[in-house]
Amino acid sequence: MRRRRWELISESLVEGLIRLCGVSAIIFVFGIFYFVFREGSGLLWGGRFSVFQFLTSIEWYPTSQSHVRYGALGLIAGTLSVTLLAMAIAVPFGVGAAIYVSEFCSPRAKETLKIVIELLAAIPSVVWGFIGLTVMNSLIIKLFNAPIGLNVLNGGVILALMSVPIIVSIGEDALKAVPDSYREAALALGATRWQMVRRVLLPAAKNGLLAAALLGVGRAVGETMAVLMATGHSIRIPTSPLDPVRTLTATIAAELGETAVGSDHYQVLFIIGILLFSITFVVNLGADLIVRGIRGKA
Amino acid sequence: MSAAIENSAPPAVAAKFTKTDFTRKKERSERVARFIFGAMALLMILPLALIVGYLFIRALPVLSFDFLFKVPIRGMRAGGVWPALLGTIYLILISLAVATPIGVLAAVYLNEYARENSFTRVVNLAVVNLAGVPSIVHALFGLGAFVVFAGVGRSILAASLTLAIMTLPVIIASAKEALAAVPRSFREACWNVGASRWQTIRHVVLPNSISGILTGVILQVSRTAGETAPVMFTGAVFYKAIKEGDVFAYGLFDQCMALSMHLFTVSTQVPDVPEALPYGTAVVLLATVLAVNALAIAFRVYLRSRKKW
Repeated sequence: MRRRRWELISESLVEGLIRLCGVSAIIFVFGIFYFVFREGSGLLWGGRFSVFQFLTSIEWYPTSQSHVRYGALGLIAGTLSVTLLAMAIAVPFGVGAAIYVSEFCSPRAKETLKIVIELLAAIPSVVWGFIGLTVMNSLIIKLFNAPIGLNVLNGGVILALMSVPIIVSIGEDALKAVPDSYREAALALGATRWQMVRRVLLPAAKNGLLAAALLGVGRAVGETMAVLMATGHSIRIPTSPLDPVRTLTATIAAELGETAVGSDHYQVLFIIGILLFSITFVVNLGADLIVRGIRGKA
Repeated sequence: MSAAIENSAPPAVAAKFTKTDFTRKKERSERVARFIFGAMALLMILPLALIVGYLFIRALPVLSFDFLFKVPIRGMRAGGVWPALLGTIYLILISLAVATPIGVLAAVYLNEYARENSFTRVVNLAVVNLAGVPSIVHALFGLGAFVVFAGVGRSILAASLTLAIMTLPVIIASAKEALAAVPRSFREACWNVGASRWQTIRHVVLPNSISGILTGVILQVSRTAGETAPVMFTGAVFYKAIKEGDVFAYGLFDQCMALSMHLFTVSTQVPDVPEALPYGTAVVLLATVLAVNALAIAFRVYLRSRKKW
């Protein structure tokens, strides 16, 4: 009898632990928001900082002796330009590859391709950055006669290569979710595979493919080391793909090491962190809602 | 398919089915589409082969056994990567020791206990969002929560905890998949003989999914090894002197070097580094990551081949 009671107690303890771990993800998401906010809040409410200036000015002089200015527009433009270029390359290629993997190739080739995609996704971002710094840099200087090869184009291509795997794997899931009866109906009517893909599959998998693109955007916006090493270090609104820029993430990585804990400069970097967290939160939430929308209907 | 039918039909019959212009056009567009999509898929494989090959060739002059087990000398312009390699191993082991139990138990909760309701949806949403948080924001969190707030200071412990939270959502996702692969009838059989929920999990569900869970954990090793931003401000330093070949050189509250950080350092922060040295570091990092990944994939293929149900 005694043993039985001990068993009951230990079992309810274990179940409590499991429940605690189950909600840990929620705790950590709130924890991240809380602690990043906490470190940045002193400056945010302190009166020495204006959100309007932060979002609309390109003057980023956080260490100026006479007149400190925190205008992040140049950084936002840097992030936007690199992300847009990366998506312009990665979305068509990613969706194309997903279509090939899911509709055109043999089961054997499919397995091989999926393994390659997985390995491509595993290459660390600092290695991508190193490739941008060395290979892409000299390639761009040679091909475009540019004075320096660390710019929007370099960062965009590197980010495209980094986000293609996620777009392919989510895009393939979306295509797989289209019922086979759709395909059979189209083929039975005499459509070729390409006609079936264009007229039936793409419209049916539209939302899933959009979600794949959104997740690619989330990855590109949040990427740090690769853009830190590949995009150069000049804060401005780029006018051509050969302009060097500085992104939001790269700014935190480059400047955080030089700031004293608690200083204004330290705090403004955490405010950039809040901005980044919010952007990726909205993007991921959007992608998730779209994916769930499909599942709800199907 | 149409080709096979044409070949098998006698010539007299085949002659009756001459292709119309419409069919020809249709088939041409099919060929073009297949070629374009195939080329797109090929263009993804190409970078992997080119990158690995190029890095390896440029790294050849420094690659040797000594490179792995010697300490850097002359301001990191010569010597090996031993302290960085050891630091990376410490970070991986400690972060996995923290993230694996929490992640697996969370997956058990989501797969075995949670009901289909809005709270479970919020938990799943939190997992997805945690996976999407940029690595530099994880770094800010680690700095704010562990280094400053908890007072741990910049150390292996703070860096490992930061990495653990970063890998958590992926461990949850892969463990959940492994648990879901155990057929429901296994659980029902166990409940029917009077076992409780936890006993069922402990004696039936976990033993039957442990290899799938393990595959997910191995994959995290490679992800942890490559992360740079989260450890940069929470525990990794440019240079730390340790003794050659000393496996227990770092303590929990020491700062350490890390392979990923070392690559960043020698390729951007140190002037006049000999050409091959950063390439060598990149190859060591890349080889570690790809080898661990290949191991996980091989393990998964093997498991699938001997699956009994």
